[in-house]
Amino acid sequence: MSAPALELAPKAEGAVPALELEDLDVVYTVRGRDRQVLRGVTLTVGRGEAYGLVGESGCGKSTAALAIVRYLPRNGRVRSGHIRIDGQDVLARSGGDLRTMRAEAVSMVYQNPGTALNPAIRIGKQVAEVFTVRGASRAEATERAFESLKLVQIADPSSVMHRYPHQLSGGMQQRVVIAMALAKDPALLILDEPTTGLDATVEAEVLDLVAGLQAQLHTSVLFISHNLGVIAKMCARVGVLYAGRLVEEGPVETVLRDPRHPYTVGLLRCIPRGGVRKDHGRLDTIAGFLPNLGEDLPGCVFAARCALAEDVCHTEEPPMHQVAGGHLSRCHFHERAQTLPREESADLELPRVDRGASPLLQFDELGKVFQQRGHSVHALTGVSAAVWPGETLGLVGESGSGKTTLARTLLGIIEPSEGKVSLAGQQLAERLSQRSTDEVRDLQIVFQNPDAALNRRHAVRRILRRTLYKLAGLGGAAADERMLRLMHSVRLAERYVSAKPSQLSGGLKQRLAIARAFAGDPKLVVCDEPTSALDVSVQAAILNLLVELQAERQVSYVFISHDLGVVRYVSDRIAVLYLGRLMELGPSEVVFDGPHHPYTEALLSAVPTIDGGGRERIKLEGDIPSAASPPSGCVFHTRCPRVLGAICEETEPPLVEVEPGHLMRCHIPLEELRRLQRAPTETVRA
Amino acid sequence: MSATVTAPAVGRSEAKIARRETLGRLVRSKTFLIGSGVVLWWVFWAIAGSRLTPYDPVAQNFASLQPPGSGHWFGTDQLGRDVLSRVLAGARDTLEVAPLATLIGIVGGTTLGLVMGFFPGLVDEVLGRMIDAFLALPLIVIAVTALAAVGHSKWTLIAVIGLVFTPIVGRTVRAAVLGERDLEYVQAARLRGERAPYVMFVEILPNVMGTIIVEATVRLGYAIFAVAGLTFLGFGVQPPSPDWSLQIADNYALLNARNYEWTVLFPGAAIASLVVAVNLIADGLQQVLDR
Repeated sequence: MSAPALELAPKAEGAVPALELEDLDVVYTVRGRDRQVLRGVTLTVGRGEAYGLVGESGCGKSTAALAIVRYLPRNGRVRSGHIRIDGQDVLARSGGDLRTMRAEAVSMVYQNPGTALNPAIRIGKQVAEVFTVRGASRAEATERAFESLKLVQIADPSSVMHRYPHQLSGGMQQRVVIAMALAKDPALLILDEPTTGLDATVEAEVLDLVAGLQAQLHTSVLFISHNLGVIAKMCARVGVLYAGRLVEEGPVETVLRDPRHPYTVGLLRCIPRGGVRKDHGRLDTIAGFLPNLGEDLPGCVFAARCALAEDVCHTEEPPMHQVAGGHLSRCHFHERAQTLPREESADLELPRVDRGASPLLQFDELGKVFQQRGHSVHALTGVSAAVWPGETLGLVGESGSGKTTLARTLLGIIEPSEGKVSLAGQQLAERLSQRSTDEVRDLQIVFQNPDAALNRRHAVRRILRRTLYKLAGLGGAAADERMLRLMHSVRLAERYVSAKPSQLSGGLKQRLAIARAFAGDPKLVVCDEPTSALDVSVQAAILNLLVELQAERQVSYVFISHDLGVVRYVSDRIAVLYLGRLMELGPSEVVFDGPHHPYTEALLSAVPTIDGGGRERIKLEGDIPSAASPPSGCVFHTRCPRVLGAICEETEPPLVEVEPGHLMRCHIPLEELRRLQRAPTETVRA
Repeated sequence: MSATVTAPAVGRSEAKIARRETLGRLVRSKTFLIGSGVVLWWVFWAIAGSRLTPYDPVAQNFASLQPPGSGHWFGTDQLGRDVLSRVLAGARDTLEVAPLATLIGIVGGTTLGLVMGFFPGLVDEVLGRMIDAFLALPLIVIAVTALAAVGHSKWTLIAVIGLVFTPIVGRTVRAAVLGERDLEYVQAARLRGERAPYVMFVEILPNVMGTIIVEATVRLGYAIFAVAGLTFLGFGVQPPSPDWSLQIADNYALLNARNYEWTVLFPGAAIASLVVAVNLIADGLQQVLDR
């Protein structure tokens, strides 16, 4: 467990806390009615402390952040309660007073650094503004802006100061935002999902940076995230928010190891972690839905979804019980919260994958070159692999590694520049429009974002019936019957047939998208980050559904995800891509347990896990090189922590079968990797 | 799995409620209400025409150029016709020509925009440059030239204004289509083997309908202007119609010599009221549909 912040921070007893929320009620007025979004939230962030606020979307996390800086939307207001920053009552302030407080006492870092920076102002001037606002002269401000960029470890700060935001990568932009937030040495720093839009390796760097700065500057931090792993890495204490109420609070380690509220218990069980795989059974889920915004909840906010709930839970609001020192749970039955029965039975009969048979889908030496403003961008270079019936091939890699290009080339949405794709031994036409109906039907996709993937003007019935008509040739009553069977198999209730996508929740939309993909009984479905837009409890249900469909229908998946826990859960084999090249391919356990390719090793080490510990972080230096001018030799050598020397810079290693079924593209022999990766990490050049 | 236990019931009724909510927001929008009121007023008079006007709008029964007074609230013109009756009856031709011309422009422009937006590259490039060249000329010049060439009747007027609007609408629709064509539902349609016309008209068109509706109302305002302008120049509605701009054309020479401003003021105000009203409707629609 890495919580260096707390140990280093001076915990002066009796000092004024950085942030105090006391019985905070926030309401939004919608159509003339007050809807309660925060329900009596009480929490304290001590000086120099990092406090994590965690919860699923719609639970009120961001509302809390906005209320603290008095930046609620026009229809929102604090109905009762107190907010104190550094002992100062925030609600009593207004006008210039409030501006002074925002300028001096509190800083905020948002999820999307691209929109937090003004695109028309150079970085240097934007950062300097923080100082000029507070009365520094121009020259002094520029000087201090330079210093703060150095503080956030931006390479070459003097050149960065002359650049515009769009000329920086996402990770660099977020560093600039953090530099601006820290520049005024705020009493409280609010980080609202600061790394959610970033790649795992970049996320890890930004988190390391924030943790380091926090320890160094003793900044008090309110860290808002949906990701328990990130919270575990960054915070000393955590509060779990559900339906606007703080249901559990305590030291991070204690809450994650020994949760005492059924919601926390359920949430932790939803997350595929600790190497759990689909052949270990289904994931657990949380039944039901988040209550509607502002719903009247006389009893426990979680009662409607809680398997342990008794009559008293529906009528009487539980008080905050003290479980142990500093560990609080708002549950009548917190002693037995962990006896929460499984929502889903774990039993699952998976088909055996017979790799002796001929593969279902095979692609050889696939390459794709995009022409972009006179440059040739090599998005994909010589990628070969096969997928057997009933098997899941996981694709992992940072953004820009070619995962999506590969998936779309298989489907025929993008034509490859070279190489071929064959399905059940038959070579497929490169273009979708030249493929036969059968071939089109056999390869389908589930997209990442169901909002974009479903036509918002078409009702469920129309979406499914049209697909059945085109892919299965069904019309009339036969199509209706198949549509209902299909909806049943993805657990989309029949009453939704006339609903438009906007009337469905995120999880239901994704079920509809899955139903559409399965309408023609496909042989292989590409899943392109199908759960990354969803909350963890919904994610678990969707992953269960995909695995169940695989068990039922022997369908194969090509599964793309940046969440390694998710990939590990669903995949039989895993392919690791970097700059359009296959770096490693092998059975899931082998790729995860190692010895692995140095890139895979770095990727794995970058993921903040709930269980903590385990791996030493391997730092990857710099951003992914441009695919327009990939490095010579091994494309990974510019960032590889285990680089051997000249050979890596000059010769591209071949993809070799290092052990049965395990392919790797690295000059370092397998035995050497095994030794290096077992050895203590101090020997690693960082 | 009990993931659907407490889901709110949705279905046909829910869709109806959503539609009703959109309507409700429109009805609460003041700009929309005022605009619709004025337009409905003129539509009523266009239909009622001379049957309800105080006097026959084309009969030359009175002393010419009487100033507004108790007998003739808006006075009389130089041929002794009652200006009030002529203003009330004067909406008819405009309200026939402008909406039909707009319809042609919208249908043509939508098709053009869908094709340009859906086929990027050469098709879009070539059509786009042609539109640029076309729009470089003042519209009234194109219209006058075309009307002079084909001869002017009500139908040629409708056709010419409609055709002039087509590329303008096309450009707006193209921009909206560009925002849609890269969304994944378009790829999903292709992945079940849909052809281009289906994707354009069944998948994309409903999603750009809001833009098209707003564009149609804006164009209607311009069409009214175009009809008025061309009529004033003698290429539009022909006498003895009591059309507003025809009245202005008949009487504007009088403004030079003596103060007979009522002969021009009232029909002028009538045109303005209709154009402003249509634009108020466009604003109201835009606010509601752009949410």
